[in-house]
Amino acid sequence: MKNAGIDKAIEILGKLVRFLRKIMIHIISVGPMPDHVAFIMDGNRRFARKNNLSEAAGYRIGLLALISCVKYCSELGVRYVTFYAFSIDNFKRRSDEIQPLMDLFLEYIEGLMKEGSIVSRYGIRVYFQGNLKLFSEPVRLAAENAMLATAHNSKLFLIVCLAYTSTNEIVHAVQESCEEKWGGAILLNENEKNDAESFVKVTDIDKNMYMAIAPEPDILIRTSGDTRLSNFLLWQTTCTYLYFPSSFWPEIGFRHLLWAILNFQRHHQYLTKRKKQG
Amino acid sequence: MDLKDEMQRVRFWVNQIGNFCLRLVWHFVHLLVRSWYLGVGVANVIESYLISSGLLRRYRFIDVGKLRYLAIVVESDDACQISKVIQLLQWLQAFGVKHLCLYDTEGVLKKSKESILAKLKNATLFEEADERDPLLDQKHMTLEFASITDGKEAVAKGGNLLFMKYLKLANSGAEQKEQIFTEANLTEALRAVGYGGPEPDLLLVYGPARCHLGFPAWRIRYTEIIHMGPLKSMRYGSLVKAIYKFTMVRQNYGT
Repeated sequence: MKNAGIDKAIEILGKLVRFLRKIMIHIISVGPMPDHVAFIMDGNRRFARKNNLSEAAGYRIGLLALISCVKYCSELGVRYVTFYAFSIDNFKRRSDEIQPLMDLFLEYIEGLMKEGSIVSRYGIRVYFQGNLKLFSEPVRLAAENAMLATAHNSKLFLIVCLAYTSTNEIVHAVQESCEEKWGGAILLNENEKNDAESFVKVTDIDKNMYMAIAPEPDILIRTSGDTRLSNFLLWQTTCTYLYFPSSFWPEIGFRHLLWAILNFQRHHQYLTKRKKQG
Repeated sequence: MDLKDEMQRVRFWVNQIGNFCLRLVWHFVHLLVRSWYLGVGVANVIESYLISSGLLRRYRFIDVGKLRYLAIVVESDDACQISKVIQLLQWLQAFGVKHLCLYDTEGVLKKSKESILAKLKNATLFEEADERDPLLDQKHMTLEFASITDGKEAVAKGGNLLFMKYLKLANSGAEQKEQIFTEANLTEALRAVGYGGPEPDLLLVYGPARCHLGFPAWRIRYTEIIHMGPLKSMRYGSLVKAIYKFTMVRQNYGT
């Protein structure tokens, strides 16, 4: 009887929280809303240590936080959501640290494909962007299958950056641009090659970036209080509002998104002006 | 028909009033946010005064040696206030900062390079400085000036250098071509085309919003970014606090 009473109270509280969130969203939607929000999910291990949990448990709770963020972004009308899930630098970690992460990725990707998952409920198209060749075949295949299976969705674009660094992305884009131009340039003689205007232009590099599938982020949020980008979206964040809350990633909540958007709205005019001038 | 028209009119006015009330609440929420920042601003002014006067112990002795290269991003509209920029540089020079990059999007600081160097004692251009010169004293500072053209356009120029090498390998295998396109080679190419500045350890942003405004992407992989507010409200104490916070940071570089 007592348990039923507590369950009922929790259900009512949950409904009240969802109602208040809806009201807040209605209010802040009066102002300009971001189209693309990016996240650096920092602090899973520190959260685990702080709460006497294993690292694997920290990552699992972090995954729940990711799913919550995607739901909030969908409610807020954000169209593109990008997460920095695994950096190329993270391969330097011990194999006993990396393997549980790979297992979690596989589990998460398989979960996405199930009926009734967040992907089908919210009409999410999933992208895995980065140098996927660095992953083992099971992870790479699972990622490719997930991208194919969700290709028909278009309400929200979920971009998960795996085996990604900005510098690697830039080099890859330069290489792709060079390979595109190779056919035309090879027909020129030596003098023509030397006299020709630059073959590779900024627009060529832009269109060959892994992140060319999305507009530049309006807001970038990095949790845990560290105030650096750690080789994430360096090319795309010229006029992006940066927000560095001190909470660890598993502790992120709607209040952080709300605060980031309120600050984005405060600076929207200035950032839009700078973007046009750039 | 009249009842239907009447109902539509009522619905329209209810919507208008509803939207008006929503806008009012939105403005009120932003007023609360502005008040919050006003309070934070007042607290920062007091803290800055306490730091400048040496009353806060932990800010008295800061190991500035950890700060090998500092970058300052200034909003271009504020960069015309050359006297403010020079004052900031003088503070940094007195603090012991040796190598500095000044950046603004439109290149206003680049155009004022000569007048800035003329007004600063013991400062030379980064490109002309020689670390081995024994005449360089403790307080000597090297200055680099950068703008938006040092970012993406520089990478395109570096990419063209790599492309010329790629063309020469027209008939080679894929493996040899792959070896051209590496991060090390692009860094080298950027240096060759004159954009080989070092990566700053710390980037201070003087502007209305916390964003790096296009500082060369290749150079800010692990750079700490701190927002200092508009240039016109810069304070010595806030500068000291930002450098102190930097010296306390521990990076693990992804491991």
